Amino acid sequence: MSVPLLPIAASATLVAAGASLLLERSLVRLLAGVILLGNGVNLLIVTVSGPPGDPPILGRSAPGRMADPLPQAMVLTSIVITMGVTAFLLSMVHRSWQLTGGDEVQDDTEDRRVRLRSQRGEIAEAVRERRRAYRGLVAGQRAELVRLNAARHERERRAAREMRRRIDETGAELDRWVREHGEALPPERVAERRAEARRAEEESRRERHERVRRIREDFARRERELAEHEREVRERLKVRRREARKQMRAAIRADRARQARAEDPDLEGDD
Amino acid sequence: MESLVPVPVVLPLLAAALKLAIGGRLRRTQAFISVGTLAVVLAVSLVLLVAADRQGPLVTNAGGWPAPFGISLVADRLATVMLTVSSAVTLCVMVFSQAQAYADQEQAAPLAIFHPAYLIMSAGVSDAFLTGDLFNLFVAFEMLLSGSYVLLTFGGTESRVRAGATYAVVALVSSMLFLVAIAVTYGATGTVSMAQLAERFTPLPGSVRLLVELTLLLVFVVKAAVFPMSGWLPDSYPTAPAPATALFAGLLTKVGVYSIIRLEALLFPGGPVGGLLMWAALATMLLGVLGAAAQTDIKRMLSFTLVSHIGYMVFGVALFSVGGMAGAVLYAVHHITVQTSLFLVAGMIERRTGTTSVDRLGGLLGLAPLISVLFFVPAMNLAGIPPMSGFLGKLALVRAGVADGSPVALTLVAGGLVTSLLTLYAVAMTWNRAFWRTPPPDVAGAGTVLEGEETPEDAEGSGGAEGSEDAESPEGAGGSEGAGDPGERGGPGGPGGPGGPGGPDGPGEARGPGAAGAGRARGTEGITGREIVTSVRMPPPMIGATAALVALGLSYTVLAGPLSAFTVRTAAELLARRPYISAVLGSGR
Repeated sequence: MSVPLLPIAASATLVAAGASLLLERSLVRLLAGVILLGNGVNLLIVTVSGPPGDPPILGRSAPGRMADPLPQAMVLTSIVITMGVTAFLLSMVHRSWQLTGGDEVQDDTEDRRVRLRSQRGEIAEAVRERRRAYRGLVAGQRAELVRLNAARHERERRAAREMRRRIDETGAELDRWVREHGEALPPERVAERRAEARRAEEESRRERHERVRRIREDFARRERELAEHEREVRERLKVRRREARKQMRAAIRADRARQARAEDPDLEGDD
Repeated sequence: MESLVPVPVVLPLLAAALKLAIGGRLRRTQAFISVGTLAVVLAVSLVLLVAADRQGPLVTNAGGWPAPFGISLVADRLATVMLTVSSAVTLCVMVFSQAQAYADQEQAAPLAIFHPAYLIMSAGVSDAFLTGDLFNLFVAFEMLLSGSYVLLTFGGTESRVRAGATYAVVALVSSMLFLVAIAVTYGATGTVSMAQLAERFTPLPGSVRLLVELTLLLVFVVKAAVFPMSGWLPDSYPTAPAPATALFAGLLTKVGVYSIIRLEALLFPGGPVGGLLMWAALATMLLGVLGAAAQTDIKRMLSFTLVSHIGYMVFGVALFSVGGMAGAVLYAVHHITVQTSLFLVAGMIERRTGTTSVDRLGGLLGLAPLISVLFFVPAMNLAGIPPMSGFLGKLALVRAGVADGSPVALTLVAGGLVTSLLTLYAVAMTWNRAFWRTPPPDVAGAGTVLEGEETPEDAEGSGGAEGSEDAESPEGAGGSEGAGDPGERGGPGGPGGPGGPGGPDGPGEARGPGAAGAGRARGTEGITGREIVTSVRMPPPMIGATAALVALGLSYTVLAGPLSAFTVRTAAELLARRPYISAVLGSGR
């Protein structure tokens, strides 16, 4: 059997056009697609199912020249069925138009809900991640503070030891000097020297006090600075945390809005 | 005996015509017609089952046209067993839907539209099982589809129209593809009688055979919701009325599976697509069940498990051995029953609490122990806990897979076991959240039931306000119910209830979840798709129908021996092919 090219090409065109119309969101175009597709397929059935012939009616044409009646019966059936389905689709278009004022097929809200849930999970995960990072930062700062404290104590202890050593040294020197010059010097000289030494000692004590005070001041200042720093870090952390929370809330709000839009037919778009 | 073969197709069609003529009147007569018709169909199916098992395939030629030219209806073992299970399920669901419609005071629309569509659909399903003619199979598909279009979009609410659009378009495309396949088949062989096709496909060139086989397979795979073609199902099923979803879940996909079995066993025995089917089965099982684990809505979860478990049957078919086919048939029988009963229970949960979302459910075990038991048993059955029929079906398939021994088959066995575990995980999670946990304060729990025994007029009032589907009608009705709310709270609403969710804050707070959450909850849809009032009262027929299905699912355990012996006989008959062909074309061939 030779292949009749023209009907096959026509059928292919109809099917292709119908299939591309089926991909539309508008129900009316979809309906047109169904009709085109149905016609294309019916044409295909008639074309491929046998050579053309006379009408298959007994008594009007010789049985040998008749066309095969079975495909015609099948095509008739399928035409009727396509018509019924078309009527149903039309009523659905009408109902959709009644309900939403349009005939676009809407997105499934439950799918969106599942997607939204996974997005929310991701955002929450990110927030947790960031909080962990900040906690790590705070712990680091605390450790640094403890280390600085320890170093300061060490320094003070060392300074005190140094001072004691120098006092001992001065005392030893004084004793030596007394032993050397004790007999040679007149008592008034000794008294003078002693007074001098006492003055020097007084002075050195004042100096020492001064130094301790300075060290203490220095320490207090540093401590203040550290506290300041820590407060600042905390402040920054709080701000950042608040920002993250705000971001998350905005994201959730945006998702909700999108969700609402999906339910609102006028604003429906291809997400 | 042969004259009984067309009854399951013709009788529901006649009943549908009669009911269309009667319209919305004569409720009792109508109920009697529907239930009576389906009961007769069930009885006839049982008779056919026994006869086909004893005497081999029963054949009748429609209109008296001899076999290769006219349409023959063939009742062999596979067809009759599917027919019997499907008519039992259909009958139970019909009883359930009638009880629900009556309890919801929705009468006219269900009688005038729901029942005829339902009957036409069941006629289509029977025709698909019985037909011995490829084009008539197309007509059967169209019959059941046009019935299902109506059931799916029943009431014409927005969500149902949306779901209906997806469903209708997918169904239409597959129907068109079916027509193309028929055109190619007829062009290549000059016949559409399946028995004759089985003989005429063999001498064809391999490429043509493969083309026809793949096209037909694609059509059936869309119907059965096998993996690459399964996306439409979870989007469209959950919005339909509960009885319709239950019926769809039980029957429509199984019609696709049945067609795949026929295609692979009768028309293209041992074709080259077995390997392809194996991988499709694996993907269907795993992706379906992973989808189920991600859902928070019971109906959607069930839809995904439905898709997932289709994979088991496809696996059995793809093995192409007596064991595999027998396992597939056994699994189909089990799955029809169990999946339908689960969806019916989901409908009861929705009626009881106003929602099927597990986020908003909780503590159902205390609130509704009967529903809980009715959910638990088929859920465990679905997951394949021994000794229930789900376990038996899976066991049969696993044994067939191990007997096959190829690496792919063993992979599938492993995939099947993983799927079974994940199914258990999905249903157990639903069970934990919906039934076991203490309900969170804003959950539609005990205190939110608005309609109790004392207030049937409430339902009537809402029925009256329903007439206009405008935006203000739910508000108005909700308000009128809100007025009666605090009074009822103390009455029937508190079986085991923790004193109402908003106890300390007084009625103002208590109304919050009450009026918004359950009274007219969004998404709470009755059979016609409008929002219904939840109720603690379950009509006995609803419970009875569901319990009957659950019991049927359990009875497969008791009947395991005869049943599996029967499925083995079925598979042997399928793979032999000769009984079918000679019964249709005459034993001389």
